[in-house]
Amino acid sequence: MPSLKALRTRIASVKSTQKITSAMKMVAASKLRRAQQQAEAARPYAERMDRMVSALSASVAGSPTAPQLLIGTGRDKVHLLIAVTADRGLAGAFNTNIGRATRLLARQLEAEGKTVKILTVGRKGRDYLRRELASRLIDGVTFAGKRRIDFNDAEGISTTITTMLAAGEIDVATLVYNKFKSVIAQEVTQQQIIPAPPPEGQTAEASSAGYDYEPDEETILAQLLPQALAIQVYRALLESAAGEHGARMTAMDNATRNAGDMIKRLTQNYNRARQANITKELIEIISGAEAV
Amino acid sequence: MAVSLEIVSPEKLLLSRSVDMVVIPAAEGDMGVLKGHSPMIVTLRGGTIALYEGDRITDKLFVSGGFAEVTTERCTVLATEVLPVAEVSRAAADKRLSDAEAAYTIAAKQGTAAEDAALVSLQSARAMVEAASAA
Repeated sequence: MPSLKALRTRIASVKSTQKITSAMKMVAASKLRRAQQQAEAARPYAERMDRMVSALSASVAGSPTAPQLLIGTGRDKVHLLIAVTADRGLAGAFNTNIGRATRLLARQLEAEGKTVKILTVGRKGRDYLRRELASRLIDGVTFAGKRRIDFNDAEGISTTITTMLAAGEIDVATLVYNKFKSVIAQEVTQQQIIPAPPPEGQTAEASSAGYDYEPDEETILAQLLPQALAIQVYRALLESAAGEHGARMTAMDNATRNAGDMIKRLTQNYNRARQANITKELIEIISGAEAV
Repeated sequence: MAVSLEIVSPEKLLLSRSVDMVVIPAAEGDMGVLKGHSPMIVTLRGGTIALYEGDRITDKLFVSGGFAEVTTERCTVLATEVLPVAEVSRAAADKRLSDAEAAYTIAAKQGTAAEDAALVSLQSARAMVEAASAA
């Protein structure tokens, strides 16, 4: 049985932990709202961009001179994995999930005889993957200390990717990130970005519905595709940011609740110990009085 | 009879309203868009977008480049940077122009692709200075 003093200190320490976790939960909740708004605001551009890209790619499809961003290099040898994680921990399994998914994917690709290169976004992913896939890491981007992600950050990453593609260093690029499903659920998503997956939904004929192009299709595509890639990266970053705050909120909510339970249990123990002490003292007094 | 104009940047929807005519700075010359324009996809150079109501210009916006999708009903401008002409600062424009000129001198030695890219940003910077002096 721990002493009363020891119990009192434990209770005080758990209480202060609970205060911290509950404050972190509040902070995460407000950041989550902001991240969601940002993700919402980015949607119109992405939608219109998709529409233009699908119209254009339908009209150059099958042409041997179609840009590499659209059809890839024609090889399937070197894979680039872009693992998007957070810079901070304490968000449940958020970062670990991405790390694990990336590791499994890398192992699987290597088992198939492909070469894997990894670009990490966020400090946690870099730290995780450095442990056993260090030789595949080529670069790591972090946004530590930044209040919000802006489009330029995404553009920087996508420029890195396009430069590598143009230099023939990679053939396929895949984004691994947490997609924001709801506050309590994030889904690890693997999204292939190079070569661009065929547009879903509408058929090619319908979407290219008689557009004129100025200048020609290929010149526009050459400018449009890097931008579209940057948008895809930007969206992944925003989804991941929203997911991170959601995950942290849930994790901190759980931590606050656990701390509450713990305080309850410790207080009960403390009271029991106190009662036992009093009873013991009473017995001593009574038996002392009887002895006289 | 109006076209609905939408101007979006990657970060948000900047403007969405219907105008009688809009003039956009397409890569190969300014282009006026009225209702019923034939569907087009164009790239934009740096320049000003002018919004018309009747034959009066109601708003002028500076864009640094981007894309536009025109259909018979609407005109969608995808731009990375959009500013009302009145808010374009002369100092910022001058700085960008001198940066672009410096970048161009370097790029000119590196080959055609780099030179072309630098030329585009140089042109966009010149358009910004022009917009700033017009305001």
